Amino acid sequence: MIKGTVLINSENCKGCELCIVACPQESLSLSQKINLRGYRYVELSQDNCTGCTNCAIVCPDSAITVYRQSKQNYKKAV
Amino acid sequence: MSQEILLEDMQCVYQKPATLTDDYMHYCPGCGHAVAHKILMEVVQEMGIQEDIVGVAPVGCSVFAYNYMNIDMQEAAHGRASAAATGIKRVLPEKYVFAYQGDGDLAAIGTAETIHTINRGENILIVFINNGIYGMTGGQMAPTSLLGQKTSTSPYGRDVEHNGYPLKITDLIAHLPGAYYVTRQAVHTPNTVRKFKKAIKNAFEFQKLKKGTCFIEVVSNCPSGWKMTPKETLAYIEEKMLPEYPLGDLKVPTQNNN
Repeated sequence: MIKGTVLINSENCKGCELCIVACPQESLSLSQKINLRGYRYVELSQDNCTGCTNCAIVCPDSAITVYRQSKQNYKKAV
Repeated sequence: MSQEILLEDMQCVYQKPATLTDDYMHYCPGCGHAVAHKILMEVVQEMGIQEDIVGVAPVGCSVFAYNYMNIDMQEAAHGRASAAATGIKRVLPEKYVFAYQGDGDLAAIGTAETIHTINRGENILIVFINNGIYGMTGGQMAPTSLLGQKTSTSPYGRDVEHNGYPLKITDLIAHLPGAYYVTRQAVHTPNTVRKFKKAIKNAFEFQKLKKGTCFIEVVSNCPSGWKMTPKETLAYIEEKMLPEYPLGDLKVPTQNNN
């Protein structure tokens, strides 16, 4: 499976949880910590992200950047 | 494995569009306005028209749209965004012009301006965010509020006898000959957001043809006004909003033989 990962801008996140609903792999969850504005923010809790970008597309605050393994690297690894 | 090592053999596939400013958005958590802003600006970036586009911001929650969209913007009086956009388009016919309006702005106070703009067939794009409530002023009933919907001015639910039926303004204007492309989209799931992006792209392409007004309604949510969590609004949209406002194209150019 192609691997991906997300970088979350925790200061912009408002903890609306729309990305958690949108994630097909259930890799995201709300953190126990709060950010400067007082919101619990989202974090990557499992290492099974595929980089499908669903979470970033529905994120209202554009807080998620998605990275995905390129196809060449994927072939090398296999 | 630390994230830096992991990122080395990976490529960025999605990031915040450069056409959005770095300002922190004032919208409530989970608001559909912010998604709509982001997708609009993504299309502007992909088409490379950042310097050739003028937007008109409305009055409502999205009144500060000009703080977030890094393009030329103009603020209009309440409900008159489409009228202001008309003027801009007539003076600068080669620019892409869009009016971004909410339901209190477009369907209540600006009904006359909207209908006449489309009846004249002005070559602009109108983006209409429909969340069925006046979000900015404290959750009052809007013309698009659903029957039975509890708002601060209809605490026992909207009833037909006192308040009439929800105004389906998109269906109304689809009949006008000046409308070229009329569609209804949503922004609550990844798939609907992708379709919305496609619709905006189509609308900007059609604007080049100068054949008439493009109109995109976006069924959106209002977690604060509906008194729900953002998660609950997704179910509310699916169960209540979409049966009343079904998604899809209401008028596409091939059908009206323009």
